[in-house]
Amino acid sequence: MIGIIRYGAGNIFSLTSALDRLEIPYGMVFTEADMAQYDHFIIPGVGHAGAAMDKLTASGLVPAIKAQNKPTLGICVGMQLLTSYSEEGDSDMLGIFPIKTLKFTADPEHKVPHTGWNRVFSQKDNLLFTDIPVGSHFYFVHSYFIEYDDVYTLAATDYSTKFSASIWQDNFYGVQFHPEKSGNYGEVLLKNFSKI
Amino acid sequence: MLSKRIIPCLDVKDGRTVKGVNFVDLRDAGDPVELAWNYSRQGADELVFLDITATHERRKTMVELVKSVARQISIPFTIGGGINEIADADALLNAGADKISINSAAVRNPALIDELAKAFGVQFVVIAVDTRLNNGKNIVHLNGGRIPTEKETLNWIKEAESRGAGEILLTSMDHDGTKAGFDNSLLKIVNDAVNIPVIASGGAGSVEHFVDVFERTNVDAALAASVFHYGEILIPDLKGILQNRGIEVRLS
Repeated sequence: MIGIIRYGAGNIFSLTSALDRLEIPYGMVFTEADMAQYDHFIIPGVGHAGAAMDKLTASGLVPAIKAQNKPTLGICVGMQLLTSYSEEGDSDMLGIFPIKTLKFTADPEHKVPHTGWNRVFSQKDNLLFTDIPVGSHFYFVHSYFIEYDDVYTLAATDYSTKFSASIWQDNFYGVQFHPEKSGNYGEVLLKNFSKI
Repeated sequence: MLSKRIIPCLDVKDGRTVKGVNFVDLRDAGDPVELAWNYSRQGADELVFLDITATHERRKTMVELVKSVARQISIPFTIGGGINEIADADALLNAGADKISINSAAVRNPALIDELAKAFGVQFVVIAVDTRLNNGKNIVHLNGGRIPTEKETLNWIKEAESRGAGEILLTSMDHDGTKAGFDNSLLKIVNDAVNIPVIASGGAGSVEHFVDVFERTNVDAALAASVFHYGEILIPDLKGILQNRGIEVRLS
């Protein structure tokens, strides 16, 4: 069962609706004690990364999240929390991935927020992208991106620059796009995660 | 490459779709959730629901509708109509809406844009602008194009961007309902002047109009209602043609 980390950042109705449609069981994690009953975790997040990190810190869940070794998926700002630093609010993040979250530079050809469906190219073999063709479209809406990295980037997308659409290290995964809003392939990805 | 988005727009009153809808295989053409589900299956990239309910029950009905849509649809959707304050937006976002669209409330109180962007992030805030030519100038109008304001359209859009709009939904009231094509000259000027996404609206009558608006103006998305509702343009056909013309689209 998936435990959704609740730390006060963003609404999760669309995410839980997607899990309901897929018949993937889930519950809520508010305290460290809640974590024991789950074998997977999702860290959701929307809005301001610095503010989200402050809320996560205030929840007291940070040491337990970093210490555990169950499959854990950060979505959007939840993924950015896994990096070492975000330009949004000039904030230190969890530091699970030694890479940074940076701001897109807007120009008429590359508007910000990066809004809409873009192609995602998985760079490595991984269960998360099973049955998802390389170059499939996922739904993005974000102004900050995680830099591309040869070691940690699991899937890449091109916008004004090539960035990390997905990252992976050990039991930690992140996706910048919204799988709960990405049609069929988004649902495949959530299903894949539940089986890791 | 980022895909150009195709967005059907549904008008909703008291939780029901208004305007005729002529889909085959539809059990209930007035059910916005069933319509939305059909559009998402056809390959719509996003949906806009425009609420024209005028009763005090509005927020409650909209929240219920948004929840039903979010439960069943796996593509993003925007809710517009009658959002006047932070509490309206908060209720809709918590119910699963991805974006909210503000029109007259922002014109009357531009600071609302700043407040919404600060509270929820710019990506949630779509500013809808109804424009009409008045003595050779594009002027922002309210109430479906009936009431002119003092605001010049391009200036207002730039102000909205600087205040925290994350996207512009620009409807040309001169083109709306004509099926003669989008207002490409104004859309190009607006699209070149801002660094946030622009959705074109008003005037779609044929597949060629969608090709034109993307080729000539480079807007991010095109919205239409009746050509989709009456089945005059089928989204899979439209996207196939756009792709053949070298326009990046998502084919599901």
